[in-house]
Amino acid sequence: MLEILKEPWPWYVGGPVIALVMFLLLYFGKNFGLSSNLRTFCAIGGGGKYSDFFRFNWRSQMWNIVFVLGAISGGFIATQFLKNDEPMKLNAEIVEEVKELGVETPGELLVPDELFGWDVFLTWKGFLRLMLGGFLVGFGARYAGGCTSGHAISGLSNLQLPSLVAVIGFFLGGLIMTWFLLPYFF
Amino acid sequence: MKFVKFFLVGIVFGIVMTKSEIISWLRIYEMFKFKSFHMYGIIGSAVVLGIIQVLIIKKGRIKTMYGTEIIFTPKAKQWTRYIVGGTIFGLGWALIGACPGPMFTLIGTGAWVFLFVIVSATIGTFVYGILRDKLPH
Repeated sequence: MLEILKEPWPWYVGGPVIALVMFLLLYFGKNFGLSSNLRTFCAIGGGGKYSDFFRFNWRSQMWNIVFVLGAISGGFIATQFLKNDEPMKLNAEIVEEVKELGVETPGELLVPDELFGWDVFLTWKGFLRLMLGGFLVGFGARYAGGCTSGHAISGLSNLQLPSLVAVIGFFLGGLIMTWFLLPYFF
Repeated sequence: MKFVKFFLVGIVFGIVMTKSEIISWLRIYEMFKFKSFHMYGIIGSAVVLGIIQVLIIKKGRIKTMYGTEIIFTPKAKQWTRYIVGGTIFGLGWALIGACPGPMFTLIGTGAWVFLFVIVSATIGTFVYGILRDKLPH
């Protein structure tokens, strides 16, 4: 059993497990949406002094913070106890493209050191890339009223047209970045 | 004690995101280059099962574990915010290969720089809150 869990999980396992996570949260009387936590952080930090948007009872959102602590622990458990040493099975053309961006062995690590290691973070370019990326995700998610979990999974499951528009936006932005802007950030 | 179940489901979520490699920038890059079915399969199958779930909940009247109605809040019928906000989100998503769920799980995998990414994402959310009344929705 443990050996099977250690293998990389194919899409037809990953997708259904995510759907199960959404169902359990609904069954617990909550909603699946991760970016709300960033708003909660702002509220906890006293953001209510600066905007009504952060003036709400953040204690009612504590369940979501606990959920996120679980998600961090899940990453730890998967890496420590369910690790397999084979490289990721990436598309061959992608491997070549990513090499040109400076990743020497694409797929050996889920998170390449050449992009996310401390050495990179301590360069101006790496620092700006990570900070800008985080900022855009946090700003965009709240502007759009949700992220991948809130719109692409929860919203689309409930056949919400606004969520479809948001997901089209996610892809529009993602495609512009990947095809046209990304090389400038490396 | 009432929080334990959220912690456990969170662990499942963190494991599935790590083991199906959603947290990897490489998978996100591959997705936006249309060179792999993997991410589309994950999102697609989750949504198909999600649609069935929501239908069953609405028709069969499945209740929460407390016996109360499961409430789905419709998204506000605005459009500018979804397309503009969504595009801004997508630019960031492709740049760092992580959306708000993976950002957290990545810390658990030992990618500590994501602590700073989360701080930056929180600042982004804060700036949105400040500018909200001035932005078109």
